Amino acid sequence: MTATTLFNIVPYAVAAWLFFCGLYGIITSKHLVHTVISLAVLQTSTYVLLLAIGFRWQGVAPVFADLSPGVVTVDPVVQALMLTDVVVEATVVALFLAMVVKAHEKAGTLSPDDLKMMRG
Amino acid sequence: MNAKWRLRLFLVAGAVFLFLYLAAAKNLPAWGDYRGPYGDVMSSLSVYERHATDVVNAIDYDYRGFDTLGEEFILFTSIIGVMLLLRDPKPKSGTKDEEGLSKTVKVTATASFGLTLIFGLYMCTHGQLTPGGGFQGGVIIATAFLLIFVAQNMKSFKAITSHPLMEVLEAVGASLYALTGLSALLIGVPFLTNWIPLGTTGDVFSSGTIAIISASVGLEVATGFILLSYTYLEEILSGKGEQ
Amino acid sequence: MKVAAVLLLLLIAVSGFMVVRTRDVTAQILSLSFYGLLLAVMFFMFQAPDVALSQIVVGAVALPLMVMLALARMKHHEKVKAARGKNER
Repeated sequence: MTATTLFNIVPYAVAAWLFFCGLYGIITSKHLVHTVISLAVLQTSTYVLLLAIGFRWQGVAPVFADLSPGVVTVDPVVQALMLTDVVVEATVVALFLAMVVKAHEKAGTLSPDDLKMMRG
Repeated sequence: MNAKWRLRLFLVAGAVFLFLYLAAAKNLPAWGDYRGPYGDVMSSLSVYERHATDVVNAIDYDYRGFDTLGEEFILFTSIIGVMLLLRDPKPKSGTKDEEGLSKTVKVTATASFGLTLIFGLYMCTHGQLTPGGGFQGGVIIATAFLLIFVAQNMKSFKAITSHPLMEVLEAVGASLYALTGLSALLIGVPFLTNWIPLGTTGDVFSSGTIAIISASVGLEVATGFILLSYTYLEEILSGKGEQ
Repeated sequence: MKVAAVLLLLLIAVSGFMVVRTRDVTAQILSLSFYGLLLAVMFFMFQAPDVALSQIVVGAVALPLMVMLALARMKHHEKVKAARGKNER
């Protein structure tokens, strides 16, 4: 494991770390809203991964309003994918929160372990 | 399965996954050494082909416009879902009394409303020129309306956000995107083709359908988030049950 | 530039872990907002201004806002139920 290999693996390792942090939060959660926020952290791990794939050290932002065409830019396709990703995160959290509010109204509790027992 | 065994299973599965993931990550190109041709082709062609200076928005609303159409309808459907789950079946009229917040907050919030609204409109309409676009501008417009709630002007907030025009505008925004795509079919070119004259690069009214799609996405997202915040706050606004 | 990028990524990793470790939900909202802002700074540093704007608007504003609204609604509902229970007794 040379220094260069370690340096090259940093963003991918951070993405994996964030993924496992979010998953750990979901598994050991005792409050449904905490689960929702951990899901949001899980989704942000994909941003780091996508961004790392399309990055160039000497590239600039792919906006040509004040650049001359022909300048080396970073990958714009991956950024378009990330835009969709951010919107989907907001959507999922909104719907999930509505279900949490409804569960609180019906069951009276916000702990995921207690919810299984409320039947019938 | 109780909590301890869940955690142990997670640690075992996580270790295996992590090992495989890192072994694969070592074979990826080095960080900062993007080689793929697709990104460079997009960067160099977008300005000439579509007269749009923001390549990311050109890709989002034109080259891969079909994916963004699906994403907008995901947002639309989820807002319908939230409204269905949380809407009060017996709506109450009447407004809660204004609570005591300091005058500084109220005045600042009311004063920032106009500025935020104009900034959001600027973002929506300049999507094809600078970073921004429909989605970002739409959410900024929605937060401008929420500033009225922060300023504790409950009557105005309720009057604006519960108006049936909001739902109509959201549907109009969502369908305008699809109709722009369908209008291409009426001419005889494939769905979502950019058939409107492209104009000069750097102008606000340039790059054809990208400007129209950006504005419609902004409309839908703004009204969608306003409806969302009203749905969450409906009970609190009418002061229900606080006798 | 490379050192700053590595430091920012490590800061994001620590911040993400702290978001999950905060058990009190009201404090976790602020933690999430800060984490979203940190991610937006990272997007800006990595030459992605469009995504940075999107992340600021969603991850630092809209997401904590929705969680706060949901919490406010649930608290209001609890208060109403407690008041109704007291009236019935």
